[in-house]
Amino acid sequence: MTDSTNKSAVDSSRRDFLSKAAVAGTITIAPGVLLHQTAQAGSVSTRPNDEPVSNKNRWGMLIDTSKCANGCTSCVDACNEENGLVGNGRPETDSQYIRKVTLKDKATGHETSLPLMCQHCETAPCADVCPTGASFVRADGIALVDKHICIGCRYCMMACPYKARSFVHEAVENQKLTAPRGKGTVESCTMCVTRVDNGGIPACVEACSAENHNAMIFGDLNDPNSEISISLKERGGKQLRPDLALNTGVRYQGLNE
Amino acid sequence: MSKIEYTSLEGKSPAYFGLLGGLAFIMLLALASVFYMEHEGHYVTGMTNQIVWGMPHVFAIFLIVAASGALNVASIASVFRKKIYEPMARLSALLAIALLTGGLIVLLLDLGRPDRLIVAMTYYNFKSIFAWNIILYTGFFAFVGVYLWTMMDHNVYRFKPYAGFSAFVWRLILTTGTGSIFGFLVARSAYDAALMAPMFIIMSFSFGLAIFLLVLMATYKWTGMELGDAVVNRLRNLLGVFVASVLYFTAVYHLTNLYATQHHDVERFLLMEGGIYTTIFWVGEVIIGGLIPLALIYAPGVKNCRTTLGLICTMIIIGGMAKIYTILIAGQAYPLEIFPGYEVSSSFYDGVVNSYTPSLPEIMLGLGGIAMTLFIVAFALKVLRFLPVSLADSVVDPHAK
Repeated sequence: MTDSTNKSAVDSSRRDFLSKAAVAGTITIAPGVLLHQTAQAGSVSTRPNDEPVSNKNRWGMLIDTSKCANGCTSCVDACNEENGLVGNGRPETDSQYIRKVTLKDKATGHETSLPLMCQHCETAPCADVCPTGASFVRADGIALVDKHICIGCRYCMMACPYKARSFVHEAVENQKLTAPRGKGTVESCTMCVTRVDNGGIPACVEACSAENHNAMIFGDLNDPNSEISISLKERGGKQLRPDLALNTGVRYQGLNE
Repeated sequence: MSKIEYTSLEGKSPAYFGLLGGLAFIMLLALASVFYMEHEGHYVTGMTNQIVWGMPHVFAIFLIVAASGALNVASIASVFRKKIYEPMARLSALLAIALLTGGLIVLLLDLGRPDRLIVAMTYYNFKSIFAWNIILYTGFFAFVGVYLWTMMDHNVYRFKPYAGFSAFVWRLILTTGTGSIFGFLVARSAYDAALMAPMFIIMSFSFGLAIFLLVLMATYKWTGMELGDAVVNRLRNLLGVFVASVLYFTAVYHLTNLYATQHHDVERFLLMEGGIYTTIFWVGEVIIGGLIPLALIYAPGVKNCRTTLGLICTMIIIGGMAKIYTILIAGQAYPLEIFPGYEVSSSFYDGVVNSYTPSLPEIMLGLGGIAMTLFIVAFALKVLRFLPVSLADSVVDPHAK
């Protein structure tokens, strides 16, 4: 009798635990599922999460410098927010994934403003020179750093033609879950890879649109019907340092050819 | 030439222990610097996101380049069969291993994640010249180690010519690799030149021999053993050829750039308007590291003067550091040309000449590498018989071919 009473007590506590766990699990997972579904319903075509990244897509950006407002830094601010880039008041060593560059034509004096970030080269010099393979280009064209095997040699920073990379010069705190960083490793624009993998668009592009400047378009260069491909076909787009033949994923309009 | 007799250092004098103690103290300071830099992060150094390689790399590359060149004397003996160099081959190989160790330690300890050495040794991207260098360094230890073994163990002495030849070929490949670290950087105006590889090889000849001569003269002076003029003057003349060759390669590098209009801006920066970098180039690299040593080497009045030769070698070492500083730091200080034809400005120092002030910990780390090299040499000389008992003229036979 004593035994059976104990048994039923155990059963009831187990049942209780299981039902609580189920509720907790649902509460934890549901927003993620909903978010994912919402994202999939959003703008850019997306691949199911159980499928590996493939070269079916080539993600790219097109920047229309004529629409980029001088003095506006909303893309930079959005990037810093998205990736948890908090400056330490040391501009020479603080990380910058994207920066606004002002160009003045030496011949005409005409001024242009544009955002400059990792150009996501197809044949990226950073990936070529990286001794461990930590710098790599995904099949869909996004250049990334594997923070687990980066040894912090900074050879990729020597090799990058666009000075797009930063070395984490000091300890980082309050990191964003979607943007892991690490002291002693190299980092750069990830094209907001987590957003892209969930069907979203990079934070900089979103911020530029929110400001109604619409100077940045994100999309699939492999899809001839995507907005980016159509615009490139109609108006063209310049690579930076085209002499290096890197086939960059980021293109610019409005610069002198 | 009769059979060469070798000896080891007695190593019991207070001076010897004083030397080891002094070197160990410098290494300790270097280690403290490393802990400081790694704990705080690299922001405490002079290096930034613009000048990503700094003083530790200047020291490390200098030592690695010199390591390959220090093997010269042994190579000339084993590969080119010049018997006068034969007695010094062991010391030459020892110095090569010690220099490479010192250089690599500095390179490793400056990494953002030096704790990931095992990652560097297990993950290889074979398209990376840096990854190849890791293999080349490891191989250098192996080849020169075996070479030393064949020199010192009579059971395997018959394999010495093969070991010597392999080490010779390997070290040429190694320095080609070191030069190509810069030669393969397509994006930077001051690099991206195939000439870097042969220039680094000739630099290694010069720097390595200068260090070898200093170590040789210091060791024989401090031990009171005889070092004749025949050997020293032979090495001195050879050094002259190497110093002239480095100047020649430097001239060709700049002349080639000067011919191409697209490189005029970077050359104007390096040779005329680069401020401290221009000064280091002309005063450090060309005058102190090249012209004065060259004049002194062939000056008739000081032919047998050891003090002058010591000064010459020191100047070549200073000039060598200046050369690597110019290549490395000035090459990074010059802004990347992302937008030709435009004046550029940004929050990330686009379009401006980047400044760099080496910090004390960086310099300490570099000096620690030199201290480690000398410590290894001093210790090894006591443990094994590397030194010929005498290098007097009558022993080495200056007429031998």
